[in-house]
Amino acid sequence: MTQLSEHAVPQDLDSSHLVEMLRQMMLIRRFEDKAAEMYARGRIAGFLHLYSGEEAIAVGAINALNDDDHLFTHYRDHGHALARGVDPGRIMAELFGRETGVSRGKGGSMHLFDVERSFMGGYAIVAGHLPLACGMAFANQRLGNGRIVLCVFGDGAVNEGEFHESLNLAAVWKLPVIFLCENNFYGMGTDIRRVSAVIEVYKRAEAYAMPSRQVDGMNVLEMFEATRRAATGVRAGEGPAFLEAITFRFRGHSMADPEFYRRKEETAHWRDLDPINSYRARLQQHGVIDNGTFEELEAGVEAVVNAAAEFAESSPHPGPQSLYEDIYAEEPR
Amino acid sequence: MAEIAYREALRQTMREALIADERVILMGEDVGAYGGSYAVTKGLLDEFGPDRIIDTPISESVIVGCGIGAAMGGLRPLIELMTINFSLLAFDQIVNNAAKLSYMSGGQISVPLIIRMAGGAGSQLAAQHSQSLEGWYAHIPGIKVAVPYSPRDARGLLRTALTEQNPVIIIEHTALYARKGEVPDGDYAIPFGEAEVIRQGSDVTLIGYSGSVFQALQAADLLTESGVEAEVLNLRTLRPLDVGTIVASVRRTNRAVVVEDDWKFGGFAGEISATIMEEAFDDLDAPVARVCGADVPIPYAKELEQAALPSAQQVADAALKLM
Ligand SMILES: Cc1ncc(C[n+]2csc(CCOP(=O)(O)OP(=O)(O)O)c2C)c(N)n1
Ligand SMILES: [Mg+2]
Repeated sequence: MTQLSEHAVPQDLDSSHLVEMLRQMMLIRRFEDKAAEMYARGRIAGFLHLYSGEEAIAVGAINALNDDDHLFTHYRDHGHALARGVDPGRIMAELFGRETGVSRGKGGSMHLFDVERSFMGGYAIVAGHLPLACGMAFANQRLGNGRIVLCVFGDGAVNEGEFHESLNLAAVWKLPVIFLCENNFYGMGTDIRRVSAVIEVYKRAEAYAMPSRQVDGMNVLEMFEATRRAATGVRAGEGPAFLEAITFRFRGHSMADPEFYRRKEETAHWRDLDPINSYRARLQQHGVIDNGTFEELEAGVEAVVNAAAEFAESSPHPGPQSLYEDIYAEEPR
Repeated sequence: MAEIAYREALRQTMREALIADERVILMGEDVGAYGGSYAVTKGLLDEFGPDRIIDTPISESVIVGCGIGAAMGGLRPLIELMTINFSLLAFDQIVNNAAKLSYMSGGQISVPLIIRMAGGAGSQLAAQHSQSLEGWYAHIPGIKVAVPYSPRDARGLLRTALTEQNPVIIIEHTALYARKGEVPDGDYAIPFGEAEVIRQGSDVTLIGYSGSVFQALQAADLLTESGVEAEVLNLRTLRPLDVGTIVASVRRTNRAVVVEDDWKFGGFAGEISATIMEEAFDDLDAPVARVCGADVPIPYAKELEQAALPSAQQVADAALKLM
């Protein structure tokens, strides 16, 4: 895959940045464990899609971008929001359906938005947000503001027409967008090998004449490096780039999934490649952290997650007036 | 005040917007080099260049989605979809994204996007090119739907759309593009949600929008021969709908006929009719009548197509039955 595996860690990243990426991955994992617990306790309803096992993708990719680069992602969006620095308490409050949630309790787990952080949302129509990412990239290109767009979606999206329309448009207009496919081999219970004529997703992008490569999505440093390289070209005006991150979700599609469609051994195999464990081991091997640092990080994310849950729990429910608010923007432009 | 065609009113208004605001861009299939499939955008490419007047691939979904994203990113896109029939390939973007983003984001996102499309029948284009699906769009909270009848409407409604923070769908009627009428210039705008009483009368209210205002006006002429004075309403926008003007008129005339090119079954005429029933039941002297398109795919042959569309005579007959 990438050259990077030969190096221990990227030379130009200082250790605080390396540790911060570990902390973010741990935060996502712990946050979602708490969310699952809250779902079981009836605090969270609807669909809850967990990102467990895929944390290295969001953390590696988003840390390689500027803070004001735009993010669009799919409904499995907690990891991307947390990696972008969206407030965990307000995310948890959104999952709880509270007024203080990032989307005022109107979006839920699948529709986190934080425009102030250029987090342009989680979208629940498979591939429906790829055209929006193109449009945002188009606006950035026109305004010459130097911002690029990262658009994240699953392997299920690549058989939708909107995927192909978007890649073609982005390529023909040289739009500053990185398409990032999280290939976890399953769209709900459907194995990609059963429904895709070409299973190497990155090859599909080659048909649209853009640089495209496969990356180890279980390796945060590879994700970081691949995204950083892609971003350099995209920001320089060379047009879009495509990344296929190979990964696996450790849990079901959503909380409602009994996982009849895949073997326990397959999940076990991937769990052995846990992106957090392997990254932690790597950082310890190279003396970036020791057991003590790790324990401090653990205690830190634990405190953040507990505080988030308490904030959500103590937040007000939306009042009845909220129902008819936000359908239309009222101010004249 | 000049006498110009409907398409010219649209073109001039878009041209002014392109001059006034750098952020305005025009995108669509064949809007540039070809000049627009109904010649509405003719000449704009020459004047504003390919960075502002943008020919797209035949990809309705990404055209609209790209417009939404560009609106989120600070531009003011004007999108032309060749016809309402092809807008179905962008239905997902319109319904699931444009109409939902403000709400789902708790008010963080607004989508100041205009989507123009041509609708209606009458040119023997057969079933896949002759539909009137505006009721489907009017059904959806989160978007606004304008349906201009006159060149004056075309300018006035488009100017209001250009000041909107929300997605606006403008459905133009193919049979109206060449029709001329007086259009005020300058700052003239028509607010959304204000129907026009285009003809006054005391005996029955004929309610139409877009192309069907034409049949309603003709029917009003026919009705004078029978001594019936019809009031004619031009709705101008379907969402928001001017319930006040409809109800006030029916309270005076005590009778109503709704005229629509679209199918009657599950269509917008049913919505108007139910609204009158809810708001003015005690004022009605007869049930509300609907004169709509026949419940068939629009056929090609001239006599069949004409038979499938509401005629002025049908409207007049329906009104007389209420007397
Ligand atoms: C257009 C559309 N069709 C079907 C669905 C139902 N659905 C929700 S998630 C999903 C699977 C998507 O899988 P993938 O893109 O691989 O993402 P993953 O869940 O694996 O992260 C399906 C079919 C949907 N939300 N949208
Ligand atoms: Mg998948």
